[in-house]
Amino acid sequence: MTDAAEQISHFESIISMDQCIEPKDWMPEAYRKNLIRQISQHAHSEIIGMQPEGNWLTRAPSLRRKAVLLSKIQDEGGHGLYLYSAAETLGISREEMIDALQTGEAKYASIFNYPTQTWADVGAIGWLVDGAAIVNQISLQRNSYGPYARAMVRICKEESFHQRQGYEIMLTLSRGSEKQIQVAQDALDRFYWPSLMMFGPHDSESAHSARSMAWKIKRETNDDLRQKFVDQTAPQIQILGLRHPDPKCIWDPERGHYDMGEINWEEFYSVINGNGHCNRQRLEHHIDAHEEGAWVREAMQSYHEKKKQQSYAKAS
Amino acid sequence: MRQCNHDRVRFIMTKAHLELFEVFIRSRRGLDHKHVGSLHAEDPAQALEYARDTYTRCSEGVSIWVAKSSDICASQEADAESFYDPSDDKPYRHSSYYHLPDEVDNM
Repeated sequence: MTDAAEQISHFESIISMDQCIEPKDWMPEAYRKNLIRQISQHAHSEIIGMQPEGNWLTRAPSLRRKAVLLSKIQDEGGHGLYLYSAAETLGISREEMIDALQTGEAKYASIFNYPTQTWADVGAIGWLVDGAAIVNQISLQRNSYGPYARAMVRICKEESFHQRQGYEIMLTLSRGSEKQIQVAQDALDRFYWPSLMMFGPHDSESAHSARSMAWKIKRETNDDLRQKFVDQTAPQIQILGLRHPDPKCIWDPERGHYDMGEINWEEFYSVINGNGHCNRQRLEHHIDAHEEGAWVREAMQSYHEKKKQQSYAKAS
Repeated sequence: MRQCNHDRVRFIMTKAHLELFEVFIRSRRGLDHKHVGSLHAEDPAQALEYARDTYTRCSEGVSIWVAKSSDICASQEADAESFYDPSDDKPYRHSSYYHLPDEVDNM
């Protein structure tokens, strides 16, 4: 065998044995690229995802809710950092990733382009959006790239309170006044479908699915993960006593799953391509925050330079 | 006897030139490297070989990292109280803090 053939067969044998590829292993360029795309997109989603919730931070209805929300948003920031670090092991820099986000070359989860109009939206996001993310992330704990898989384990562990705090908000509202029930229903209606879209296009339409599955960058298909989420969410809606946004979501005893109505894919692609309510606002805010922080980065660098000079001076 | 002492001094002096390295071992792919101990070596390449000889005689690992001990920045146990203080009083960071109906409690 030639060297190249040997390399690829070694790589594929590691994957087929369900073992992990580690940063210093040889890997096909397309595997590296595909992972960089997926991990950085995941990282960007965590960071941009801080914005819709941050919108309610100063208006949380109690000090307790505020402390909880603050912790959750802080976690999302931390999760973004774990993921950027995992992507960096593949040879891309943080600056390149941030740049790709800000120029629109890299995507983030489309769900964060929806506005948070009421306090109930904060509940719906924790319950549905984090719930959908957890379904996906649990599956990704077994993906084939070691640093990514390990980041997923850490994230899933920390994520456990996010969904529960969201559901608790929904539970409180749905046991409240007529007006409170109404905002809970409204939030569910607006966030349910976009949450289903988070799993991406149908398997038959998904651009990256087949190879990602073969390389175990993804472990379950978009449609399988979506079904899992639909199945776990239906009884949760029932407990809240709210109306299910999908009238076709009915238990099918034969399949052992809930059915679902068709997703509005036109909306999905329209939001991905920049026409959601908040696409522009999200990126502008990210760029502003990045630019406002420039002086801190510069000051740290000058300080570091000065320290280095001082230690040279001492040494000589 | 005098000769012997001389050797001993030379031995100590040579040893003093060796740097201390910390050794981390990944027991199998997919797991983190774990700290297993330290050793003296002339340079990183030698440290890797010594680490293999010292710490992986029973196939304990598939990958070894060595790092100069002097390059490791460590927090101080004595500062723990103030260092970790902000995270000690947040019970709401744990899932058990939220009481949900039994039917959905596996969330």
